[in-house]
Amino acid sequence: MPNVIDARGRSCPEPVIMTKNAMESNPSEPIQVLVDAHVAVENIKRFAKGKGYKVEVEENAGEYTLNIRK
Amino acid sequence: MNDKRKMFIYGGIIGLIGALLLKFGNPGNMGICVACFYRDIAGALGLHRAEIVQYIRPEIIGFILGAFIISIANGDFKSRGGSSPLIRFFLGFFLVIGALVFLGCPLRMILRLANGDLNALIGLLGYLVGIFIGIQFLKRGYTLGRNIEQPKFSGYIMPIVAIVLLIFLIVKPDFIFFSEEGPGSMRAPILLSLILGMIVGGILQKSRICTAGSFRDIMLIKDYHFFWGILGIFVVNLIANLILNFDTFNLGFENQPVAHPVHIWNFMGMVLTGICSVLLGGCPVRQTILASEGDADAGITVLGITIGAAFAHNFGLASSPKGVTNNGKVAVIIGIIVVLVIAYSVVKEANLKNKQKKEGVRNA
Repeated sequence: MPNVIDARGRSCPEPVIMTKNAMESNPSEPIQVLVDAHVAVENIKRFAKGKGYKVEVEENAGEYTLNIRK
Repeated sequence: MNDKRKMFIYGGIIGLIGALLLKFGNPGNMGICVACFYRDIAGALGLHRAEIVQYIRPEIIGFILGAFIISIANGDFKSRGGSSPLIRFFLGFFLVIGALVFLGCPLRMILRLANGDLNALIGLLGYLVGIFIGIQFLKRGYTLGRNIEQPKFSGYIMPIVAIVLLIFLIVKPDFIFFSEEGPGSMRAPILLSLILGMIVGGILQKSRICTAGSFRDIMLIKDYHFFWGILGIFVVNLIANLILNFDTFNLGFENQPVAHPVHIWNFMGMVLTGICSVLLGGCPVRQTILASEGDADAGITVLGITIGAAFAHNFGLASSPKGVTNNGKVAVIIGIIVVLVIAYSVVKEANLKNKQKKEGVRNA
């Protein structure tokens, strides 16, 4: 089971910080981040890729699920 | 195209437009200044009566309409709000007081620096310190809470306000004030300002460039993405100024236009602006762009900035080329204390909630 982080409705840069905290608490565990703004998707993707993670994005009615794993 | 290069070009276009607006009549080193422009608009609406800084700046109207149109086109437009609106109002309020003691928003700070004004370097140091302080709260769990979807109409209010301002600008009813001398009387032609403003608004929306975000991301996550945009603004503005505005290029601290050389208060003013920008999640120009794409919380922040700018002149807080006022110094100190108290109490509450949540899970 991935660690699910609900960052919907959070303003910049909280979604990235929440993702960062999850990575630091358990670097190898897959993380699922829920966001509802495209800018948050871009920021998290850039951050996670920079840290060497793989990111897949699913969109559903204006909400996004980011699946992040090593 | 390479990501960094793209950001540099986006920033570069903004830097070029800053130099053009200066060339075509805007006040010294003020091709673009979000804080000054809201202050001028507040004056034009009669919210303050400082006669030399009253004008409905078409650039602001352009930022809003440009960002609105691009956000509709690329699907970013979304009516949202409800994340600590009153706290945001006062963060905006104090943000602009800091900016008007320094004399410029962070964007103008970069443009001032690119025209040789070294006082802006002191301001930049203060801004960096403010951002660093703000980040300490972010790291400890600072949050203004989630926003939620709002009625669609809420998202259209800022663009409608921009249109109303445009009508006031063109019709100029009796209750609108325009400066006849001073910075408020120095203006690039309306149509040029409006169109260039729209381009800036569109680019800022698309690129998400934010002066606070760029330095914050470097310090917080070592990400230089947005910094390339800021670098683009600075480098291209510098080059464009040397070509277009060579006569006004002046390297040094003294005799800089719409600026003062009082180092400590240039520094302290921007410390306040830096803290507020991080606590708000973006600098004044970024707040303007977010407000234009349906973010009601950013809209409230913009109102806080406008009202704060009016108070800055009504209460004699804003600096002038003559220097800093005593009231301005006191206001910056009070502002720093107030925003630190806000941030501290928010962090404390957030951590308490987290703790309770964890205990609740353990007891379940």
